[in-house]
Amino acid sequence: MADRLEVRKTYKLFIGGAFPRSESGRSYEVTDTKGRFLANAAHASRKDARDAVTAARKAFGGWSGATAYNRGQVLYRVAEVMEGRRAQFVAEVAAAEGVQNRRAEAVVDAAIDRWVWYAGWTDKLAQVLGSANPVAGPFFNFSTPEPTGVVAVLAPQDSALLGLVSVLAPVLVAGNTAVVLSSYARPLPAVTLSEVLATSDVPGGVVNILTGAAAEVGPWLASHLDVNAIDLSGVDDPDLARELEKAAADNVKRVRRPASEDWNADPGMSRLRAWVETKTVWHPIGV
Amino acid sequence: MTLTVPTPLADAATSDAALRRFLHGLPGVDQVGAEGRAANLATRSIKTTAKAYAIDLAIRMIDLTTLEGADTPGKVRSLCAKAVRPDPTDPSTPSVAAVCVYGDLVGLARDYLGDSGLHIAAVATAFPSGRASLEVKLADTRHAVAAGADEIDMVIDRGAFLSGRYLQVYEEIAAVKDACGEAHLKVILETGELATYDNVRRASWLAMMAGADFIKTSTGKIAPAATLPVTLVMLEAVRDWRDATGTLVGVKPAGGIRTTKDALRYLVLVNETVGIEWLTPDLFRIGASSLLNDLLLQRQKLASGHYSGADYVTVD
Repeated sequence: MADRLEVRKTYKLFIGGAFPRSESGRSYEVTDTKGRFLANAAHASRKDARDAVTAARKAFGGWSGATAYNRGQVLYRVAEVMEGRRAQFVAEVAAAEGVQNRRAEAVVDAAIDRWVWYAGWTDKLAQVLGSANPVAGPFFNFSTPEPTGVVAVLAPQDSALLGLVSVLAPVLVAGNTAVVLSSYARPLPAVTLSEVLATSDVPGGVVNILTGAAAEVGPWLASHLDVNAIDLSGVDDPDLARELEKAAADNVKRVRRPASEDWNADPGMSRLRAWVETKTVWHPIGV
Repeated sequence: MTLTVPTPLADAATSDAALRRFLHGLPGVDQVGAEGRAANLATRSIKTTAKAYAIDLAIRMIDLTTLEGADTPGKVRSLCAKAVRPDPTDPSTPSVAAVCVYGDLVGLARDYLGDSGLHIAAVATAFPSGRASLEVKLADTRHAVAAGADEIDMVIDRGAFLSGRYLQVYEEIAAVKDACGEAHLKVILETGELATYDNVRRASWLAMMAGADFIKTSTGKIAPAATLPVTLVMLEAVRDWRDATGTLVGVKPAGGIRTTKDALRYLVLVNETVGIEWLTPDLFRIGASSLLNDLLLQRQKLASGHYSGADYVTVD
């Protein structure tokens, strides 16, 4: 019997529910922690970022308008499909982060559990972040959390899967749509996550995943007037972070600064609170 | 391609038979060739200063259009305001060429635009279907001209054209042209209903022989509306018409042109088919509504160096 030819995978971007190559035609070499070749990943350009923002904006109405219950079901479904790809995630995390299989398994389990945890928050957010406010008049007065809009996420550079899930999932909970730039050196788990998202009822454009360099794509996302918030978690260089924060100020984006974070710790509410706006309405009592 | 045009050309329109003989004697369009040529030209890349120039040119060529049953006086006024000053945040943005509305709203647009130099185009002759008696079509045209329209967009009777009654179409266009008086006449061929490129070429010639100042692809109510190959065939027709008669006829693709990239492709097509002479709002127009916002976003991007968003242009 003849040897089978190897079927190699092309790692592509995830924009608007499709898997295009980079508009620039570029790719870069991804290696494991010991420098051995793993794959060629697409090297996203500013135009890929622009297309991703357009797709995210287009998807915003539908995703933010879906009921919280429905969003929760869709996000839970993502966790289900991740579970089915567990072995693939484990192999990729082990290669990317240079850890033993057992440790990689623990990371993947934690990532899936984190996704489930955030999925549960969709229909509880309003109760916890919202309030019924007492006012001096015959009115009901409610404050409710509303999604901020399109959120650009520069994902953590070190933790390729758990870190990514920990920054992406909270963006989606309230109904925001996301443009994610994955870890530069460890993009493969992000590409696999995009394949999970494409097959788990998440509408196209709600999550867009780019692989490339934060220093190249970051400034375009930070200065883009159609992006409403930016998470700088994956920016390691403090000068770049400051620059991006400055660019983001142009249209008063919400900015989350980079900080050293323990991805295994209880994530708490802070990331859920970061990507919502508070809407307060008055309603007359009676009649 | 060389054309043998009957001399004098007017002889061709003496009878239905002569007209058919002439129109069917026009060389057939190479469909694969036309589509290939259009697709090939669409790959041209226009960047930096050339792009900035092309964007401003495209803005100056727009017939800013609203042709909805739900049009209100308020909507037409805001359309006019936008036509004069498309981007209030940047006074260097040029005005568009014209606004295009239904006949009953022409007076309103004229009141607003006054002598600002912008043209007012009215669709007439039972737009978009063209199914009415000639008297109604002519009355429609005269009313729009009397209300202040200086450009009339008429539709041809596709039913008559497709069943071969060319002389009827010819005489109708000529009669409407007569009713226009001073106003420019744009003849809408509705290429989406003409089925073949050969028909597009024949309809283009027919319209030009009958006195059209512009030939226009579509009403925007039928899909497909304007496409690059169809526009290419029409541009070739005006080029051949110039060679045969020495007069210049304009072309207006309309419908389905929504992005800056699309608009620039049309400009490339014009430049490569009929030359730079046609790259002026007097001879090339783009009928569009949402295209203007995309052009403005691109313009803002070039000026500011960062991407703009839909929050920074008006909602139409």
